Formats: sequence, structure tokens, C-alpha cells
Amino acid sequence: MENLINIFIRGAFIDNMILAYFLGMCSYLAVSKTVKTSTGLGLAVIFVLVITVPVNYLIENYILTEGALTWISPKFADVDLGFLSFILFIAVIASIVQLTEMIIEKISPTLYNSLGIFLPLIAVNCAILGGALFMQERAYTNIGEAVSFALGSGLGWFLAVVGLAAIREKIRYSNIPAPLRGLGITFIIVGLMGIAFMSFMGIKL
Amino acid sequence: MSLFSSKNMKLLSNPLNDSNPITVQVLGICSALAVTAKVKPAFVMAISVMAVMTLSNVIISLLRKTIPNRIRIIVQLVVIAALVILVDEILRAFVYDVSKQLSVFVGLIITNCIIMGRLEAFAMANKPWDSFLDGVGNSFGYAWILIVVAFFRELLGSGTLWGYPVMEKIGLYNIGYENNGLMILSPAALIVVGIIIWIQRSYNKDLIESK
Repeated sequence: MENLINIFIRGAFIDNMILAYFLGMCSYLAVSKTVKTSTGLGLAVIFVLVITVPVNYLIENYILTEGALTWISPKFADVDLGFLSFILFIAVIASIVQLTEMIIEKISPTLYNSLGIFLPLIAVNCAILGGALFMQERAYTNIGEAVSFALGSGLGWFLAVVGLAAIREKIRYSNIPAPLRGLGITFIIVGLMGIAFMSFMGIKL
Repeated sequence: MSLFSSKNMKLLSNPLNDSNPITVQVLGICSALAVTAKVKPAFVMAISVMAVMTLSNVIISLLRKTIPNRIRIIVQLVVIAALVILVDEILRAFVYDVSKQLSVFVGLIITNCIIMGRLEAFAMANKPWDSFLDGVGNSFGYAWILIVVAFFRELLGSGTLWGYPVMEKIGLYNIGYENNGLMILSPAALIVVGIIIWIQRSYNKDLIESK
């Protein structure tokens, strides 16, 4: 249990997807204009991460790694399908995003309308594929750890996007040099947020 | 129509400045920031993106009439992912140490929005040759920002360029110069890109955003 909480905190703060690894930057910069839309996208990212990371974890450990196929027949003990991981992970993500979209549309049309274009865009959000690839690189030992990693990094993404949106809403009233207005100042703010988040790096878990 | 008509030259030159993929279209930021701590990985990354982008632009443009609209995203992703696997295997075979440094970011070329964005916005509606030029132009636009950011980060952060100890040869350390450790850390990349945008827009007034 303690281990799971460690992975969760590590994913959310120390290895924050945006501020430590810059994953999912494109949509992060594009939707952080208002707090409302960014909350919607943040929740959608958490949701998709929590589903796709465990699914990809199962694929990784029961199909892709060397010797993973022994549950079918011991003959496959030295088959290594690792090179297929990119294509399988992205296929899983694209289809789960599509599925999520259809389910949300059926169950809650209001939520579906408020998320709008952002749901399909999550398929190409690097944070999701990055989550799958980090899960593979860090080699979590069981599915519980993978879920807690997904939950943590999703929460980290959510916090970062809502925080940036709040700052951008306020900064609209400031007098910024014209060439820096909009995109330029946003980059610098994210840089400063990143420096602030580096203070978590000293924490040993 | 000649191969390099003025319209085609525009396809090549626009992405370098007026519609730069990073500073104007805001595409492909993730990788641009993460791999620019040193010039060498940034250069390798730029070449990889160039290869994937140009080839996928041409392939999708050739297939554009046969791809059903509803599943086009999956088709595009499959084409990109196949090309990225090729690039990844080639990097591992020939420049293993750089490939280790780039870690997950080679895989993340798949979701690099710059490639999806150009496929969606250009290759799906244009002829192969135009798409080829668009791919080349955009990858150069991406590459020069990457190299400039990496140049400043490596020079100020580690005092080297492509591994060559510039600052030490000039002899700055003897007069009390210190490397700025902040430049190696990832947030510095964002600030450098922010400053590049600032400089670019103060020369190119059309790009300034309204309030």
C-alpha cells in the first residue's frame, strides 16, 4: 500500500508529465485559455490514462516482452515482440479514445458537449502515449502499480493545466509588451512553473 | 507547372518564419523542449522528424483518395507509427548512445502533433509533390528552432558545443566564469523558446496577437 502511494505522489508531483517531461504540451498550451475548458480536458486525460495504461500494461506483459507468450505454449519462450510496442500502444489508445467518446455520448450528452473537440484530440496527446512508454521503461511489477502511476500522472497533468489556465485568466489584465503577448508570455510562465515544480525533486520516496 | 513555381517556393519558405510550426502553429512542442539540452540529440531528433514527416506526408497524400474519412486518424497513426519504428531501429543500430539519450521521445514522434497536424491540414488535400515540399519546409522550420534552442542551452549550460569545450578553450573559467546549471534543466527550454517568440514577433508585426 505504501508503495502504491509513493508511485502516486511521484507521478503527480516529482515526475509531473508537463512540468518535468513536457508531455502533452500542444493541447496544454492550446486549451489553457479558460479554467472551465481546461478542467474538462484535465478530467478527460485522467480518465483515458487510467484506462489505457493498465490495458497497455497487460499487453506489454502478456504479449510483447520476451517470453511473455509462454501462457499460450512453452514453444514461444524466446519470442520477443518488443518492436511492435509503439504500434500496439497507439492502436489501443486510439480505439479506447474512440470507445470513450461513444460511451460518454450515450451516457451523458451534456458532458460530451462540454468536452467537444478535446476528446478525439486526446488520442494524439503525447501525455497518454508517454504514460504507456514510461510504464514500459520503469517496468512496474504489478497492475496495481500501473493504475496508481496512471492516476498520479493524470492528476499531475490536471493540476498543471488548471493552474496555468488560472494564471492566464488573470494575466489578461496585465500590460505585456506586444510581441510577447499571448503565446510568448505563456511559454515563460510555464517555464517559471517548471522551475517551481523542481523543488519537488529533492523529495526522496 | 514547373516543379519549383513561386507557389511551391512559398510552401518551402513559409514554415521557416511566417507559419513556423513551433512558434506560430504551436505544434510539436513536447519533443522540441525535451531533447534540446545538447546540440547532438537535437540534431538527430530534427533529422528523424524530417524523415518521418516527409515520408508520411507523401504516403498519406498518395493514399488520400482511398482513405475513408471516419477512420483517417487511425490510418494516419499506423503510417506514422510504422515509419517511427523504422527510424527507431536505425538509430539503435547506428547511433546507440544518442538513441539512449532520446529515450521515449523517439516513440513520441508518433504523437508529435506537428506530423499529425500537417497530415490533417495539408497532405489529406494536396498532391504528393506539394505535400513533399510542405513536409520538407515544415521540418526545416522545426529543425532551426530546435538547433537554436539547443545551441544556447548547451553553450550556456555546459559550456560546450557538440561536445567541444568552447568556454574552456576561450579561457573564460580562469576569469571566474561559471556554467549556468539552470540552462540544462528543462524549464530553461521554455524560457528560451519564449524569448525566440518575442524576438521573432518584434520583427514580424503581423504575428502579434490582439488582446
